[in-house]
Amino acid sequence: MRKVMTGHKAVAEAMRQIEPDVVAVYPITPQSEIAEYYAQYVHDGIVHSELVPVESEHSAMSACVGAAAAGARVMTATSSQGLALMVEVLYIAAGMRLPIVMALANRSLSAPINIHCDHADAYLARDAGAFQIFCESAQEAYDYTLIAQRIAEHEKVRIPGIVNLDGFTLTHTSQVVEPLEDERAKKFVGPFKALFPLLDVDHPVSWGTFAMPDYYFELKRAQAAAIEEVAGVFLEVQRAYASLTGRRYAGFIEPYRLDDAERAVVVLGSTAGTAKVAVDQLREKGEKVGVLKVWLYRPFPYAEVARALGHVKQVAVLDRAFSFGAMGALYNDVAAALVPSERRPVLSNYIYGLGGRDVTVEQILQAFAEVKTARPTTGLRYLGLRE
Amino acid sequence: MKEIRWHGRGGQGAKTASQILAQINLREGKFVQSFPEFGPERSGAPIRAYNRLADDAILVHSAVYAPDIAVVVDESLLTAERPADGLHPDGTLIVNTSCSAEEIRRRTGYTGRIVVLDADRIAREAGTGFANIPMLGAVTAVLGTPWKLVEEEVRATMGERMSRDMLEKNIAALRMAYEAAKGASHGR
Repeated sequence: MRKVMTGHKAVAEAMRQIEPDVVAVYPITPQSEIAEYYAQYVHDGIVHSELVPVESEHSAMSACVGAAAAGARVMTATSSQGLALMVEVLYIAAGMRLPIVMALANRSLSAPINIHCDHADAYLARDAGAFQIFCESAQEAYDYTLIAQRIAEHEKVRIPGIVNLDGFTLTHTSQVVEPLEDERAKKFVGPFKALFPLLDVDHPVSWGTFAMPDYYFELKRAQAAAIEEVAGVFLEVQRAYASLTGRRYAGFIEPYRLDDAERAVVVLGSTAGTAKVAVDQLREKGEKVGVLKVWLYRPFPYAEVARALGHVKQVAVLDRAFSFGAMGALYNDVAAALVPSERRPVLSNYIYGLGGRDVTVEQILQAFAEVKTARPTTGLRYLGLRE
Repeated sequence: MKEIRWHGRGGQGAKTASQILAQINLREGKFVQSFPEFGPERSGAPIRAYNRLADDAILVHSAVYAPDIAVVVDESLLTAERPADGLHPDGTLIVNTSCSAEEIRRRTGYTGRIVVLDADRIAREAGTGFANIPMLGAVTAVLGTPWKLVEEEVRATMGERMSRDMLEKNIAALRMAYEAAKGASHGR
């Protein structure tokens, strides 16, 4: 049944249906309502999770690691500085192969302090070893929370997963969401299977061990193999979800009017929707333009991105955060994807929407207009910036 | 697609009205968005809230700059917030005021349709004290939403939050404003 709900309610609903054994969480704008909804579910006895109201995000992720190693199904959620505080332990969760799923309500990083949306937090956690999915709408945030749980817990994967949803733009906007009935959602996610749980005292194991130069490298190589496994599992789980719900989810990326496009933008998150509106407007005027939305950001789908963009002449990659002193992070991924291709578009890189700067259709139209004549360069361009 | 911009002050319930409007339109089978202007909320400070209502899925995620309807919940914002800015020339400006439509036209310079109603008085006489619900009644009347849907949704949403007595008072205020705005003929 279709309902009106905010993005954080959509995520909280998915979490309620997953009903993890442990949720350790610390509130931070714009994630707080996810924690609040879940605390209410626990208080009302709707779920039987152990809610750990920790004193910081470092403690939140630490509690998640402990609980997951003990053999529990574990979830959390955060934003911005909260993720920054978690990152130390997030690397440990990934290295220990713990399937902790978290919603990340994307928000800028200080200073100056700002509570609004950009992707600096997601980029901060980029190399931590968690898989990352970006969502365009509250519907996707709901759907991909269920999907992420199943991916993270897959025996080939067993690593943390981050479901990104744009702070305020998605978390605080009431919009139409069609959740699954509880039973169907629970059946889709399936029962949790603990692997080598610490609490299985009949089969004692060691977790979080020390590794010397003679083994550290091999262990990290094994971890790299685990995140590579996400790709195949993602497609399998996404296909199962699509056939269950009828949603048109197919692949790591979503091309929009890209087949015959001469110009395209590559985006993450809610900007994809705004970019589609810009594309529709230009298509009405006969301009051949399209959008490439990236759902699966880590592991990055290099081959699929290269295939989707090979025929395009001009591509603008839109990054919603700086990688200071370098080109944007998404740009670097797209560029790397295209290096092995014989046919390569001219790439431009735009930084946009920082600290909640409103992202408008006009900004996307501007990018499409400018890249008509763009030449290969390593300079950054900007949308919606006063200079 | 219809785009609506609400102008109110923190604590007056403009955001709540915008959320209920989204729910009402969901009942009509529409796709909806409702969101506040994102920022710290302070009691008494000017705030904006937005709606998008459409027959198809709504993809755009920006603020609303060129609304079809602007709703002024607090008359003092007519000068402080310039609610007619960007308002579509064929749109509607709905103002909570005891002034005439001509007076509002003179003060805002807006050339489109103006609907005035004294939502403060309606709320006071109904015993609710909040102008947001009468303003919601006016907006739904301007949109042409059937009364039955409006009443059903307000009962469903607000019934959980207040006593039956207060709910009936709100329904009375809603109805009075709905009828007043339906009958208003302040076209150009």
